[in-house]
Amino acid sequence: MTVIETQGFKLDNGGRRIVVDPVTRIEGHLRVEVNLDDKNVIRNAVSTGTMWRGLEVILKGRDPRDAWAFVERICGVCTGTHALVSVRAVEDALKIQIPDNANIIRNLMHSTLYAHDHLVHFYHLHALDWVDVVSALGADPKKTSELAQSISNWPMSSPGYFRDLQSRLKKFVDSGQLGPFRNGYWGHPAYKLPPEANLMAVAHYLEALDFQKEIVKIQTIFGGKNPHPNWLVGGVPCSINLEGIGAVGAINMERLNMVSKIIDDTIAFIDNVYVPDLLAIASFYKDWGAIGGGLSSTNLLSYGEFPDIANDQSDKSLLMPRGAIIGGDLKTIHAVDLKDPSQIQEFVNHSWYKYGDETKGLHPFDGVTEPNFVLGAGTKGKKTAIDQIDESAKYSWIKSPRFKGHAMEVGPLARYVIGYAKGMPEFKEPVDMVLKKLDVPTGALFSTLGRTAARGLEASWAAHKMRYFFDKLMANLKAGNFATANIDSWEPRTWPATAQGAGYCEAPRGALGHWIKIKDTRIDNYQCVVPTTWNAGPRDTKNQIGAYEAALMNTPMAKPDEPLEILRTLHSFDPCLACATHVISPQGEEITRVTVR
Amino acid sequence: MTETFYQVMRRQGITRRSYLKFCSLTAASLGLAPSFAPTIAHALETKPRTPVLWLHGLECTCCTESFIRSAHPLAKDVILSMISLDYDDTIMAAAGHQAEAALEQVMKEYKGNYILAVEGNPPLGEDGMFCMPGGRPFADKLKHVAKDAMAVIAWGSCASWGCVQAAKPNPTTAVPINKVITDKPIIKVPGCPPIAEVMTAVVTYVATFGKIPELDRQGRPKMFYSQRIHDKCYRRPHFDAGQFVEQWDDEGAKAGYCLYKMGCKGPTTYNACSTTRWNEGVSFPIASGHGCIGCSEDGFWDKGSFYDRLSNITQFGVEANADQIGLVGAGVTGAAVVAHAAVSAIQRASNRNKTQADRTQADRTQADSANKVEH
Repeated sequence: MTVIETQGFKLDNGGRRIVVDPVTRIEGHLRVEVNLDDKNVIRNAVSTGTMWRGLEVILKGRDPRDAWAFVERICGVCTGTHALVSVRAVEDALKIQIPDNANIIRNLMHSTLYAHDHLVHFYHLHALDWVDVVSALGADPKKTSELAQSISNWPMSSPGYFRDLQSRLKKFVDSGQLGPFRNGYWGHPAYKLPPEANLMAVAHYLEALDFQKEIVKIQTIFGGKNPHPNWLVGGVPCSINLEGIGAVGAINMERLNMVSKIIDDTIAFIDNVYVPDLLAIASFYKDWGAIGGGLSSTNLLSYGEFPDIANDQSDKSLLMPRGAIIGGDLKTIHAVDLKDPSQIQEFVNHSWYKYGDETKGLHPFDGVTEPNFVLGAGTKGKKTAIDQIDESAKYSWIKSPRFKGHAMEVGPLARYVIGYAKGMPEFKEPVDMVLKKLDVPTGALFSTLGRTAARGLEASWAAHKMRYFFDKLMANLKAGNFATANIDSWEPRTWPATAQGAGYCEAPRGALGHWIKIKDTRIDNYQCVVPTTWNAGPRDTKNQIGAYEAALMNTPMAKPDEPLEILRTLHSFDPCLACATHVISPQGEEITRVTVR
Repeated sequence: MTETFYQVMRRQGITRRSYLKFCSLTAASLGLAPSFAPTIAHALETKPRTPVLWLHGLECTCCTESFIRSAHPLAKDVILSMISLDYDDTIMAAAGHQAEAALEQVMKEYKGNYILAVEGNPPLGEDGMFCMPGGRPFADKLKHVAKDAMAVIAWGSCASWGCVQAAKPNPTTAVPINKVITDKPIIKVPGCPPIAEVMTAVVTYVATFGKIPELDRQGRPKMFYSQRIHDKCYRRPHFDAGQFVEQWDDEGAKAGYCLYKMGCKGPTTYNACSTTRWNEGVSFPIASGHGCIGCSEDGFWDKGSFYDRLSNITQFGVEANADQIGLVGAGVTGAAVVAHAAVSAIQRASNRNKTQADRTQADRTQADSANKVEH
């Protein structure tokens, strides 16, 4: 047993050890181990990324204009966000200015992703942590209808609707083939919703599953398919033609009308179903406003997103705020510069990589990534059958990024707190509304509940921004501006011999950055530091813990063998492990300055 | 447990008439004659829901995301009424021990009667520990679950071919699942990701008929992968007429001309995109102005830039004759048609005239593998 004190937490790896692997309802592969004291409270938490692919190594030597397609495949859940950052990085390196319409369409596609991703996360990845499906069988459909109508004017709320749904659910459960609900934690004492709220939530789980496929059609219209729509260095690939011959082969009035209708439907669903459900469910789990805070009350980071002015990533242009909060000082918003080698650094002393000097962190531009899959002496099991991780040694395929030496939390809560601290009304007012409605103190924001609430508010923010971007696009078209691509630097022969640039955004899960170096028209180096690396990464040289490990600390568990509480807090971050896991090059490859994901 | 699909649908308030309509639509979406509808109806009336165990290896989850986009049938109805999705780490309620227990229970209870669906692929490097769910190599889990499966479905290009993590230099030694599962036929449903309705059609086909669909030599269902994007592309007439997009957002782009000169891989890509289209038929890449990148083809990442023009179109097999006939006609009918891309492309392929820009591209390490691409 050892006790480590860090960041105000006391890590004690004595007591009972619980392993959760696989952590499900996430993207990718994650393992978590915790130690419980004799009161079943978590006193030590270990987060291990259990997959690794290699995309940055694979990119070396390729055409920079192709890079978006490779990195887009980092993640099919936050689909398009890596592609967006990639084309920005190439454009930054080659000094390409994109047309205003291209900027608007990109913003529209990205806000579409936000709305879709947050909605699917809430209902299909997170809701079953709070909603007991089996309990819904005991609900009174009439009371369910009253509940639904008391929180929203959503039309599908009659007693008959809920009765039919309950009957379908009952027959499904009676069949004995429970499918994805098999072996769930039904009846667990940590479930607090009354049967009626459970039935309403199950109804909306299914409605959201039907509806989410509509939202992404906006990406399909502009990008040809979803998941993984097409992007273009210098603009967007779709042309606009409202008048001439062949308009049916381009973005025309019919296409724009479809986009507009989907936006209306998206706003309606999020504001009349998602947000009311979120508040209704949260009202039964106010205790989670004091659980799972982790780093959120101290260290938060956002790169900012949605440039309102094309080719301008300054604070003035960004609709979503940029900045960092350190040590809980909400009065000081630190500037963030991705090209400053002293700000962002990655450590590997607890990751399965090798540095010459592992006491130091390295900026992505100077990074070294060399695989080193070794297990600590305290590991239980063997190399290909690990029963228990030894966190005193290397224990994850994820690196540990730090901002000015600090572990940071990224994601919707970080953005909302930074926006709140900056006094931006679009972020402050909804937060105050939620705190008031739930009748909880401001401190409740820094919690598992706060993280989940911020994501819901942000889904609504994004849906309304979709309308804003669409209206901007229409205004341009009215003014006769139809350009969607700048081809001045399309041909590689026009490029300088060497160039380098950084592209970044706020992805749905948090701060995302790509760095590219181009030499003789080919990619010389490509690196990504992604949101889940920030949140899920292991400890560093000072034993500072990352956001996941911090958030799990001091959580009481009702039934340790059924780790519902662990899932609640992890899911509040919306883990994306394919994004987070680093890529390594094979031995002998020149891999210096390559950070692999 | 022995309840049939039909009973499930009836219990859920679906009328006999709607049910039969569903069977007709299923037959149509599978490319079957209407006379098959009663066969489907009978099968669904007499079979319990088939368990599906869906495993994830090295992947990005785009296949699952695509699957839930299915409009006909709705993903909801597939999951609740048509199959029993008893294991899928992306959506299942249980985690950790409870999740692994579900897997073992179903494998035992339904030995030889469940479908294994695989998204992503196993890396063989580092003893398989580049992907280690449960602290064990994913390759071992894959073999374990495959052993007693009735059928195996390889979702997407990762499981089918290797996809992006297997692109050169393939740092993790990621391999398609047929390198690990060697004793069973595998239905390959490639694409990055595959089209949602193609995915649900393949699952419902297997669950309905209790057999795997007719496959081509590479293991792909013929009903969706036997024709090239180019064969049924709505912009094909512009190709034949020699009308091309020459630059992004030019007049040709606005008019919806052929994207062949912008690097479109439709002529060498076997998939249903130009007919089934994406996201309930809303669009497909070419219809939204970008060429096909060939994402359902083996090794598409290593065949040169997505913007390199295909040159060797005489490889088109039976259609070479048709093209040649067309060329003769073009030569006869007028000089304007001589600008036809097919003509210039064939000339380029035979002359091997390289511009300065082309030479730069030829220096690429991938050039040797991209012999079907102009450099």
